[in-house]
Amino acid sequence: MNAGLNEYLVLSGLLFALGFFGVLLRKNTLVIFMCLELMLVASTLALVAFSRFNGTLDGDVFVFFILTVAAAEVAVGLAIIVALFRRRQTIQVEELNALKN
Amino acid sequence: MADSLFYLFAFFTVACAVGVVANKNAVNAAMCLMLCLMGIASLFVLLDAYLLAALLVLVYAGAVVALFLFIVMLLDMQGGVKRPFKKMTAVASVASLALMLVGVTMIKTRGQLSSLPAPVGTTAPVGAVLKNYAELLFTTYLLPVQVIGFLLLIAMLGVIVLSKKFAGMGDIK
Repeated sequence: MNAGLNEYLVLSGLLFALGFFGVLLRKNTLVIFMCLELMLVASTLALVAFSRFNGTLDGDVFVFFILTVAAAEVAVGLAIIVALFRRRQTIQVEELNALKN
Repeated sequence: MADSLFYLFAFFTVACAVGVVANKNAVNAAMCLMLCLMGIASLFVLLDAYLLAALLVLVYAGAVVALFLFIVMLLDMQGGVKRPFKKMTAVASVASLALMLVGVTMIKTRGQLSSLPAPVGTTAPVGAVLKNYAELLFTTYLLPVQVIGFLLLIAMLGVIVLSKKFAGMGDIK
């Protein structure tokens, strides 16, 4: 194990920034949701790296919980997207401007 | 050996993440997300968190990506009108990309942690032993485990309510 904690943290930050960039850039709600998942997983990578390099298990257990919550979140979010599509016939964020004006 | 593996997996993961963000096709984006999750799972293996790697592959690359693909198929919103970006959006994107580069550069140059904990060398790392997880989950973190179970139940009920069409509520929406 030669790659230190710094490398893992830089990689985690890079992945998080890429996911955030996708959330800002994309117009398809599904792809935005995928980028959100990417951000979530990037943060878990940082947690696992911290946990490994400190010799504790608390970060790993926390990642365990994050995975569970993410699964629930995906189910609910996709159900909301499907309900939105039924109601409005689109999931492009630019056409979902009912709150504007 | 582990060092070159780290850089290999890191490059693979970042490339797949760029694929998720930049892909026009939602199905290809979902596939790139799956590959990216596999890369992160292999990084977890390098970090000796074998259980989490297996869980990531099962839960994320298996269930979540399959769910995404299923919804993409169900909604079938490939194509459609492609609106051009507003000028403000382009400016904001370039600015955020520049900020991201600055941030990563600052982390790389200035953000070195001075007192790094030395990785545990000879003894088996705690994250590799399954018994340690069981001990923590059933003693210290017993209450969060139960809360998470309840949360899953609530999520299941919420999804059923969201996707069911109730009779006589057609005009409420």
